[in-house]
Amino acid sequence: MVWSDRIAAGSAFLAAVIAGFVLPDWMISLATIAFANGLVVLGLIVMWRAGLVSFGQALYYCMGGYAVALIGRWGGVTDALLLVLLGGLSAAGVAFVVGFLLARYREIFFAMLSLALSMILYGLLVKTESLGSTDGLNVTAPTFLGYAPHQEELLVALYFLVLVVCATAALLISAYFRSLAGALAIPVRDNELRVEFMGMSVSRLIHTKLVISGLLAGTGGALVALAIGHVDPNMSYWTTSGEFVFITILAGAGSVGAAFIGSLAFESVRSFAFTMLPQLWQMLLGSVLLLTILFLPQGLGSLIQRLHWGRKAKAP
Amino acid sequence: MLSAFAVLIDGLVYAAYLFIVAIGLTLIFGVMKILNVAHGSFYTFGAYGAASAVGIYFNRGLPEAGGYLLMVLFAMGLGLVLGLILERGIMRWVYGRDEVVMVLVTYAAFLILEDVVILVWGPGSYAAYQPLLAAGNIEIGELVLSNYDLGLIAIATVLAAACYWGLKFTRYGRLLTAVIFDRETAAAFGINVKVVFAVTFAIGAMLGALGGAIMAPKIAVTLGIGVEVIVLAFAVVAIGGMGSIEGALAGALIVGICRAATVHLIPQVELFVIYAVMALVLTIRPYGLFVRAKPRKI
Repeated sequence: MVWSDRIAAGSAFLAAVIAGFVLPDWMISLATIAFANGLVVLGLIVMWRAGLVSFGQALYYCMGGYAVALIGRWGGVTDALLLVLLGGLSAAGVAFVVGFLLARYREIFFAMLSLALSMILYGLLVKTESLGSTDGLNVTAPTFLGYAPHQEELLVALYFLVLVVCATAALLISAYFRSLAGALAIPVRDNELRVEFMGMSVSRLIHTKLVISGLLAGTGGALVALAIGHVDPNMSYWTTSGEFVFITILAGAGSVGAAFIGSLAFESVRSFAFTMLPQLWQMLLGSVLLLTILFLPQGLGSLIQRLHWGRKAKAP
Repeated sequence: MLSAFAVLIDGLVYAAYLFIVAIGLTLIFGVMKILNVAHGSFYTFGAYGAASAVGIYFNRGLPEAGGYLLMVLFAMGLGLVLGLILERGIMRWVYGRDEVVMVLVTYAAFLILEDVVILVWGPGSYAAYQPLLAAGNIEIGELVLSNYDLGLIAIATVLAAACYWGLKFTRYGRLLTAVIFDRETAAAFGINVKVVFAVTFAIGAMLGALGGAIMAPKIAVTLGIGVEVIVLAFAVVAIGGMGSIEGALAGALIVGICRAATVHLIPQVELFVIYAVMALVLTIRPYGLFVRAKPRKI
């Protein structure tokens, strides 16, 4: 990482921490959800770099959320950090298992097969009475190492938890991008047969990426479950996955920070659009997606780069 | 014995519906290599269009046969217009981009069209049951079947035969086969690929709308019906092999029978049996029953 990037990332984190003390409650809860969803987007970026788009990320997202709800209910665990960890790990476990099937596919087959898998979970949840069916489950209020806050304090505590988890994830993932396995993502996208000729196993690389993105999505889902206090099968519906893909396209896969900024922008626009023009929300989404694909194929993040280098940067 | 027969008939009815919905999707994919998420919108527009047509036509004492015709024609007309708008307005700008990018473009179109439906028909739901009632019932043994359902099976059979005949024995069908096989070589031999694309997309859209139209009397036409259809149609197409007409037929039959069997025997797993079958087929044949794996390019 370049020094200027480190300073930018550090000051962004500092700004987010300060925001936790000054902003009104509704903005904090919006930011909590947005940053938690940013983790899912980060997972999509991990795969996007290898040329894979998953339309089924909701599978892991929902898995993480339900794991938190069920472990809290049946296991009696209330510690937030432990719950989030368990949620992420159970989603990573699912990703590991389905990875044996998914890692064989590319392009739209990969996209649609992952979608189908998330719909299996949706179907199971809707039909299972003991898991709350379509009503879903309530999540018990979490504690933080014995500290049991209520109402506003809980809101702020969760916000800081999300910040810490996101910062950790961002650091680890940018380290992964610089590692050999992470750097091989782009060669895999360009021509995977050549990568195999060099002696690497592409399917193992992709399997690893799947588990990482599953872990991130599960963690995101776990955090959202804690923040909302409720999980339902819609977390696994394919339109949920579609929204994550949408944010990824919008943000572009250029950097780790783009995931969180993109997610924050998305949540803000959504809460605005839901109150101002609820009937036109999807049309707005679709139009922005279309315009981004047509005119900004590298995402909104590329705008900043273009400003930096003026005319030198070219669209691919 | 009775329940086996019931499963068979229910399965065939459901398979007929799935086939009609899936064939447009697989046609567009086979020719253009676009997985068209907006197919769900064509279905929705077809269903709403048919519901409007039914609302206008029935209860006026006019002969019922005309109602069926109007319903189907109106929906397919809508599909044609919508398909051409989408192809000329949006899709042609992204030809040649990644397949995944084109999926996203059609997804964007799908989102936009979902709200267009609200703008045109409003958020309420429509009922169009009159054609179903007018068709009446028939008793076979102890089983009471709707003539409408049996008609559905007939329509699907005719459609399958028409597709087979159209692809194998007409000039346009042969051009299409050439384009499916190799787009660039076909273009080099003087086939106007642009026109083929536009026509194919329009036909696919009309088939999607037809699927919506024939289902309209059997369901409550309401928001969000297209969302389920697209995932379902994809499952069917993936089982048979993307882009293969025989595959769509086989996939529809497999899914239809499996679903009917589970509805009768273990109704709890109804929703997910389709995807379970799909996952099972794909673990054995990764690209579906009727498509061979492509050699990888170096």
